Amino acid sequence: MSRPSAVGELDGFVRPGRSSGLVDVFTRRYLLSLLVRKEVQVRYRGSALGWLWSYVKPVTQFAVFFLALGVFLQLNATVPSYPVYLFSGLIVVNLFSEAFGNGTRSLVDNAALIKKIYLPRELFPVASTLVAVVNFLPQALVLAVVCLLVGWSPTVVQVLGILLAMTILVVLATGLSLLFGSVNVSFRDSQNFVELIVLVATWASPVLYQWTAVAAIMPDWALVLYQLNPLTAAVELMHGGFWYPTTDGSAPLPPDLWTYGLAGLGVSLLILALGQFVFRRLEGRFAQDL
Amino acid sequence: MPRTSNQVAEAPNGARILVRRLEKSFLLRHTHSLKESFIAAIRRKPLASSFTALRGVSFEIGEGESVALLGFNGSGKSTLLKLISGVLQPDAGEVLTRGRVAGLIEVGAGFHPDLSGRENIYLNAAILGMTQKEIDARFDEIVEFSEISTFIDTEVKHYSSGMFLRLAFSVAIHTEVDILLVDEILSVGDEPFQRKCLAKIRELHAAGKTLVVVSHDLNMVADLCERAILVNGGLVEFDGESHEAVARMRAL
Repeated sequence: MSRPSAVGELDGFVRPGRSSGLVDVFTRRYLLSLLVRKEVQVRYRGSALGWLWSYVKPVTQFAVFFLALGVFLQLNATVPSYPVYLFSGLIVVNLFSEAFGNGTRSLVDNAALIKKIYLPRELFPVASTLVAVVNFLPQALVLAVVCLLVGWSPTVVQVLGILLAMTILVVLATGLSLLFGSVNVSFRDSQNFVELIVLVATWASPVLYQWTAVAAIMPDWALVLYQLNPLTAAVELMHGGFWYPTTDGSAPLPPDLWTYGLAGLGVSLLILALGQFVFRRLEGRFAQDL
Repeated sequence: MPRTSNQVAEAPNGARILVRRLEKSFLLRHTHSLKESFIAAIRRKPLASSFTALRGVSFEIGEGESVALLGFNGSGKSTLLKLISGVLQPDAGEVLTRGRVAGLIEVGAGFHPDLSGRENIYLNAAILGMTQKEIDARFDEIVEFSEISTFIDTEVKHYSSGMFLRLAFSVAIHTEVDILLVDEILSVGDEPFQRKCLAKIRELHAAGKTLVVVSHDLNMVADLCERAILVNGGLVEFDGESHEAVARMRAL
């Protein structure tokens, strides 16, 4: 028996359930926007503080780190405007961990839907990333207001750096969510693994300490590797945009910031391509494995 | 059955669904962790077994036809419906469809209890493939059909199960489709509402939509559909006039 003929022979016919991946997500923009709106609306439903929780969490986290590292370990004395330094890095890691964590769980969370109705399944991780961005924006706004109060006058280059950082984060988190989310359908180990990655990521990029501390101890090749981490690039671009202009310039930004920023974007795009590839390989089994 | 080339040329004439030598089996894992796999391997127990739901099913459904899929529990009907809707992918053979497909498959899958009826209508209609314009145009019709207009801005979690099903069904049946897949319609609501649903389905059929219906209410499907495909043990046992198919199924 021969293999089935190509669809091309039959005009107007399609094979149900074959998507063109992320491209389909953008043809279903309206549904995507409804899914994002739903998540945003529902998240703090039934809690008295409501959306204040999205401020309470980062503020508490900030307070803990500032007290432990800034005051007790005296980084506040060595790093100029350490609170701004710390907060601009923390919100990057928060965006990353929320998008990555929720994106990984999104397919399992939407199992009822995936098992019954065909949709481009990439919608769910992409929606999770966008929800994380919605959550990130007010935090970035707080940061921007604080920076303006301590004398930041934004330039076009700085704003472009911040936008590049956000692009890196969105691409990276979406790619990793596709990768780990599709594996998570069969192996729930994946979502636990993600928590570990997020933990390591917080410490493996210059969020709590300065890059100079790494440069002083590690050999040059290791520093290059360290900076190729897209998260490091995103954090440093945020520092370049928000923190550096509020200091006297005594603590330097790493050299080749833009080069590593673009490299970080490149690495993120590769991860996105890998994530999409793995996702499509595993997608056929989602409805039966969930 | 060897396929001749003229079959390919013939097929598109008015066909909406082509199913060719469709096979589907499921792998059932018996172990769920490394520890269990290890113990099972030591005891020489199988790590997984496979279950064949469909073993070479072929048929063609033309435009405007209404077809019932008959069979006992576990015969592969629902698997077939899921393959046609694209939720599952076949292991061998192929399914081809022409036009927009929507399923009344377990209605309400996309409903969120914390959203209002109104918000859920938009969300679900979009999940079923409608655009914002289409939903806007049909919104009033959907609400009217569901008969719950007073509660439309209430959160769905406060609805009774009957109200919930009515709304879900109402959204699904108002989607703009060419092929409508219907699974167990008679589980929806009370008798007057069921009658209304059947009338609506007949209306869609009269308007030239293609229907594929799965139900255990044999008398109802026999009256609703002209044609029935009886699936038994993963194979097509009979394909023809619906009352005859029901008679054959009862004789099995």
